[in-house]
Amino acid sequence: MPTYIKLKDGVAAWAEDAFTTVADEEKLPRGDVIISLERFKTEGDHLLVEGRSLGVRLEAGEAVEDLVYDLPRLSVIALVFPKFKDGRNYSSARLLRDRYGFKGEIRAVGEVLREQAGHMVRCGVDAFEPYDGSTPEQWQAAAHRYRHVYQRDSDARVPAFVERAQ
Amino acid sequence: MYRYDEIDKQFLADRTAEFRGQVERRLINEITEEQFKPIRLMNGLYLQLHAYMLRIAIPYGSLRSRQLRMLAEIARTHDKGYGHFTTRTNMQFHWIKLREAPDIIDKLATVDMHSIQTSGNCIRNTTADPHAGATAEELDDPRVWCEAVRQWSSVHPEFSFLPRKFKIAIVASLKDRAAVRIHDIGLYMRRGRNGDLGFEVAVGGGLGRTPYVAPTIRQFIPAARLFSYLEAILRVYNRYGRRDNSFKARIKILVASLGVEEFARQVEAEWEKIGEGSDLPDTELARIRGAFTPLPFETLPASSSAFEEARLADPAFARFVRNNVHPHKQPGYAIVDVSLKAIGETPGDCSAEQMDLIADLAERYSLDDVRVTHEQNLVLPHVRLDDVPTVHAALAAAGLATPNVNLISDIIACPGLDYCALANARAIPIAQHIAERFADQDRAELIGELKIKISGCINACGHHHVGHIGILGVDKKGEEFYQLTLGGSGAEDAEVGKILGPALPENRVTDAIEQLVEVYLRERQDGERFLDTYRRTGMAPFKEAVYADVH
Ligand code: SF4
Repeated sequence: MPTYIKLKDGVAAWAEDAFTTVADEEKLPRGDVIISLERFKTEGDHLLVEGRSLGVRLEAGEAVEDLVYDLPRLSVIALVFPKFKDGRNYSSARLLRDRYGFKGEIRAVGEVLREQAGHMVRCGVDAFEPYDGSTPEQWQAAAHRYRHVYQRDSDARVPAFVERAQ
Repeated sequence: MYRYDEIDKQFLADRTAEFRGQVERRLINEITEEQFKPIRLMNGLYLQLHAYMLRIAIPYGSLRSRQLRMLAEIARTHDKGYGHFTTRTNMQFHWIKLREAPDIIDKLATVDMHSIQTSGNCIRNTTADPHAGATAEELDDPRVWCEAVRQWSSVHPEFSFLPRKFKIAIVASLKDRAAVRIHDIGLYMRRGRNGDLGFEVAVGGGLGRTPYVAPTIRQFIPAARLFSYLEAILRVYNRYGRRDNSFKARIKILVASLGVEEFARQVEAEWEKIGEGSDLPDTELARIRGAFTPLPFETLPASSSAFEEARLADPAFARFVRNNVHPHKQPGYAIVDVSLKAIGETPGDCSAEQMDLIADLAERYSLDDVRVTHEQNLVLPHVRLDDVPTVHAALAAAGLATPNVNLISDIIACPGLDYCALANARAIPIAQHIAERFADQDRAELIGELKIKISGCINACGHHHVGHIGILGVDKKGEEFYQLTLGGSGAEDAEVGKILGPALPENRVTDAIEQLVEVYLRERQDGERFLDTYRRTGMAPFKEAVYADVH
């Protein structure tokens, strides 16, 4: 089974990936799969009835709002970061966690570099397929580079303005 | 001035450590230049024509003496003995070696300074009124809000990979000294119906190849709700701003393509969903306010005999007062503008010795406070009237007392082809020629307020679109040509200038400026500035004068 990095109680560690990511033109293998939003719309109900766990791959630019009513039935949302520079899915992660209360795995895929680790973790992403070969240790260090943060966000970190008031 | 606490200091220390590590990885080729580029750009490090350029943030243009001395020290040790103040009120050093960059960053951190987010597609340094805290015109000190924005935007988890760079400006008086409407978000402090403080919010200004003056999307947002409202604007932009074409990626294009009303509707809808959870608590705003050292103003009479006598005795001082000295809210004090536009010099350049001198003057005579203006000048904001003659004499001895603020030789110019890889043409020599042509100060005062702004290419770092006279460098078959625009303004009467006619060769530019000035002097009615006359008469008489010999 392929591995990826997953946060367990806030600590990055290797994890085995139980899901197979399937492209739209590919035939579905057995077991748990991550499919596109498009495919989910047509085949999702049927696959869930089969008893599979499902993940949906959200491209940058696709709206999380389209998934709101399905979130309780989904195990994984894979957010695609097509380029390091493309920050649209940071907003998706925040909305999934804060506004829509998604409790499943949010996984960052695409051009996922260590330099983004802190931003992703703070926006509520808890699983990563690093593009730069980062190890969990490197990922963990990068994500916790800063002892303090200035904003309240989707993670549990205490923002500076709360620290100061304590 | 805002004093860093332990949290601010540790945050900065963590950042500098990270950057040092990244530079080391680059120097031993563990990462390629391509991978390093977005990283260095998050730290204000650009690769230019001749060397690396480091852009250092001067948050809302506010400096203490020891910070300015550190910039002088960096200029001496790591550059060629001078630095360049930009229209973003930052400082640029143009001759930096990559391996020295981490040391510079460390030095900056010792005086609570940094280069974070001075480049890249993130929220940049906030611009403020350079007379903040000194002018009687303001409703509140905008720097308190700028500092809150600085903290909120520092390494923002969600808004650090925006479609394009993002600039915010805040002023709290009716006079706009910060070019608010050419920012992505412009905030004007206002009082609501019940007397409570808040902001008028303008979104979508910006220059470049499609210049826009920002339209107001909301007349009043209560101050306590500012941060949730900013979050709403940024989220709409982050999600829906264009990313397929970097020339169309600024928020101004999103606002223009959706239409102001639809954009505002989307922001309002998002804002309602966000709720108050994203606002900064009042306690933190009060803490930030308290962390600005209260200024120990003396109780002084409103006028000063030393000041008045010097004005009568010394015409040069009197001229300096007329052009560079402004009223202060505190009786017996004045705001003193320090022009970095000495005739024949590079606009915005400042030598290490000059920086040291201004730092000394600030420490002794201006309550340890120096400001940088977006027009590339400095300000000593709190000088006792009694001390203005002494300060003037010291500035004059260092070539810093040019009495030309807001006059024709107070020109904004971007680095242009002398430094910048993107330039079509030089900007600095053009500014120098024009300033030399109008070196006669009597004539300059007779002409009055006239803002000339020069950019070396359409990116418009020299704000040419909003110059009363704008000058844009264009490339015509490998030769430097210049296109003139008239009628722009970056102030409270903001407007984008209109093209005068076909671009002119370099050797025609200064003559053309002179012809424009002649027309203005001929046509003007009492009290009119150049801009007012242009707005009344329109383009025709100006165009005729400049292109007369072409017919
Ligand atoms: S306006 Fe053009 S030439 Fe001037 S600094 Fe900006 S990018 Fe460079």
